[in-house]
Amino acid sequence: MTHPVKTFRMNRRALLGGMAGVSVLFAGRAALASESGRRKLVVIIARGGLDGLSVSPPYGDPNYQALRGAIAIPPPGADGGALKLDETFGLHPALSQIYAMTQSGEARIAPAVAIPDRIRSHFEAQDMLENGTAQVYATSTGWLNRALSAMGTRRALSVGAQAPLVIRGPVETASWSPGPELPQGDRVAGILMDLYKDDPLLAPALASGLSNEAMARDAIGAETVKQNDVKALGAAISKFMVAHDGPDVVALSLDGFDTHASQGASKGQLANRLAYVDQLFAGLKGGLGPAWNDTAVVMATEFGRTARINGTSGTDHGTASTLLLAGGSLKRGGIVGDWPTLADNRLFENRDLAPTLEVRSVFKGLLRDHLGVEKAKLDTLVFPDSQSVAASDGLI
Amino acid sequence: MAQNSAGLQAAIAATRFGLGAKPGEIDAATPDPKAWLIAQIRPTGADQPQGQLPNSRDQLLALASYRQDRKEAKADGVVLPKAAKRAAAAQTAMADTPGMTAAAPPAMSPDAERQAAMLKTELKTVRDEAGDEFLARARLGAATDASFRERWALFWFNHFTVSAVKLESAVVTGPFEREAIRPRVFGRFEDLLVASSTHPAMLLYLDQARSAGPDSLGGRTRKLGLNENLAREIMELHTVGADAGYTQADVTEFARALTGWSVGGPKDAVRGFDGRYLYRAAIHEPGGREIMGRNYGDSGEAQARAVLHDLAADPRTAKRISRKLAIHFVADDPPQALVDRLSNAWMKSGGQLDVVARALVEAPEAWDPDARKFKTPYELVVSGYRACGVQPTKMQHLAILTALGQKPFSPPSPKGWSDEAADWATSDGVIKRLEWAKGFSAVVGPLVDPVATAKSSLGARLSDRTATAVARAESRPEALALLLMSPEFQRR
Repeated sequence: MTHPVKTFRMNRRALLGGMAGVSVLFAGRAALASESGRRKLVVIIARGGLDGLSVSPPYGDPNYQALRGAIAIPPPGADGGALKLDETFGLHPALSQIYAMTQSGEARIAPAVAIPDRIRSHFEAQDMLENGTAQVYATSTGWLNRALSAMGTRRALSVGAQAPLVIRGPVETASWSPGPELPQGDRVAGILMDLYKDDPLLAPALASGLSNEAMARDAIGAETVKQNDVKALGAAISKFMVAHDGPDVVALSLDGFDTHASQGASKGQLANRLAYVDQLFAGLKGGLGPAWNDTAVVMATEFGRTARINGTSGTDHGTASTLLLAGGSLKRGGIVGDWPTLADNRLFENRDLAPTLEVRSVFKGLLRDHLGVEKAKLDTLVFPDSQSVAASDGLI
Repeated sequence: MAQNSAGLQAAIAATRFGLGAKPGEIDAATPDPKAWLIAQIRPTGADQPQGQLPNSRDQLLALASYRQDRKEAKADGVVLPKAAKRAAAAQTAMADTPGMTAAAPPAMSPDAERQAAMLKTELKTVRDEAGDEFLARARLGAATDASFRERWALFWFNHFTVSAVKLESAVVTGPFEREAIRPRVFGRFEDLLVASSTHPAMLLYLDQARSAGPDSLGGRTRKLGLNENLAREIMELHTVGADAGYTQADVTEFARALTGWSVGGPKDAVRGFDGRYLYRAAIHEPGGREIMGRNYGDSGEAQARAVLHDLAADPRTAKRISRKLAIHFVADDPPQALVDRLSNAWMKSGGQLDVVARALVEAPEAWDPDARKFKTPYELVVSGYRACGVQPTKMQHLAILTALGQKPFSPPSPKGWSDEAADWATSDGVIKRLEWAKGFSAVVGPLVDPVATAKSSLGARLSDRTATAVARAESRPEALALLLMSPEFQRR
């Protein structure tokens, strides 16, 4: 595979200009204004198999209540009821801030999305979701990283101590997570830059880490992000994104969605996790300010969960799930993709919500219409051998 | 393969096979590095962490008693601290909304307050035990003279991951390692698999304890049902692997075979099974079944045991775990010859793990002078303590592992922690390592001679460049931080 890495490297050198503790590029808060027109994309991988039938409960589907029993989200208007989207769908009551975005045309759902192949292993399915092919373990790079190489000059950041596969690859990306700040001009860091100069693994990691620290000092300042304060985390990520020379593309993962037992309904285990998602989206929107209008956020999971409640008041690994879209760039519209219904004869293997839309279609639609990646590259480089998978129209 | 000097072999033995060299350790291994490692393999298994650590039964009973007290307190109208906090937050939120008024949270009597405080202490006690466990484990890693043995045990904890993501598995993660894994790490793989799959910690972590056959007595009368989580992960992660070609039907059938493998609750105390593994015949799905092309008779508890026996003996299990071992010990992309060597030893011995461990030590590919493994945060921190000849004394000393991406006892999924450099050598990861190195060195640095520590911890692996940087540093803490962050100390 060939990648136009050279272009990026030049850019990276510029980005990382003042190494060895001498920060020059990110100095000064005056430079913090968003560069207008720079489109931004946030990709969130929800790990564990997110239950789409709880994220966007199809309360109007005649089979929903019976299949779900005690974990069905009640219809709109009932106590703890879904937040009404249309005559079929609602949003989980814990997603009230995302619901407000749907009402202003800044968020949409795709209720029956799946990866290309039918897999019920978390790890294989996550691999496929992130590697962007129709095969497990086909490549060790992620589609978002290959999209970066197709675009040439975009900057990217992953949030967390570990970079998710989706953003790993030959285009070097930065990673950052909240923590105590390293002082500017740290002596040990400066000596290490020299000690690492022939180390292909540590030299770029430290260089990029130091530049992020510098950016964090400028963008976030003295504020600290407390553990579990997701709204503040969302706001901190946004500050990175609107900083001069900040990342246009951000990837992060959330976990804790593998609800095999005691999943809960309007309240409970899954509801708590969804409240976390809601806070994160709200934090992003609030933190981005006017740049929210140039932003798209997508959250996808490896698979959905069984249509029926299982024997331990939870659900097992299933197939299609809900994909969430948000951002000021979105085109206002209804649900993305068709609804296969939960009728007995429509369930996949008499067990799971059947997919009507392949997840790569959505990713392609966003990359093409939001970030301007050309079709030829989408079909080959970014999502190899995917000519037959059409980009979703009308998302942006 | 080029012949390494004995000094280099000894450095590899202590740093790659072991958890990092303590002062004097490389010298001790130099006369015969292989024999030094082989002497650490013993039939009784890994060492046990020291201290007054509770067993899993005590922990589960303490948790059950906390839950019972909590239930009774709720019935008595005691507002628990969390609920009180929620009520207060709701009141504040509503007070901000015009036109809304909120009911004041119920006032608590002094009695109720005492009860609430007692409950809080009860829960804290159960949770603190988990912290003591982790500290005891890290202290063992920092001090042991047999750190190959300890690394071997760490591999198996990660292979049979139990994570503290749920309260009920959190309180028994440490006991699980001590009771199910440590005694068996040099025994037969099948025994390890059975011990893991019947330990309350695994049964609770992967939702097996309440899984019931739909056509069992309990399934028909009490509306209990099947949960396939443990069945799937045993096949996918603990044994043959997801590419072994089994189907959803195989997973479901195995889940049915496993029904009844459960954990005793307070009601089972009469028979002494409370907080222990308990086979519940009343929820076992009756009938024979076919799994991965083999038939299993209607033998109750023995049915799933027979499946485990076949999964343990499957050559795909041998190959898959051999590859995992090679990745753990040698390289993210290990030489196939090494994988074959391990898997042959596995198959020939019927999965005797002491034989596999010996085959690893004897394999020339495992002694490649290039250090290709990037340490995980836990390995790095433990090797830092070993290099300086000290041990952590408080759980707070290890809290940094969370920022480094490896929260104590909390791998993010049943797959366990990653063993590959791409996951740990990230820009954020390196910055957090630097912060750890500086913090650790500020405390420990004044107590050690950094130049001597560099030599004793890395031996022949110490590069001239690192030695110079350490020697030229402006203070002992700075010198130690540079050593800990040096390319060769970050690897093994």
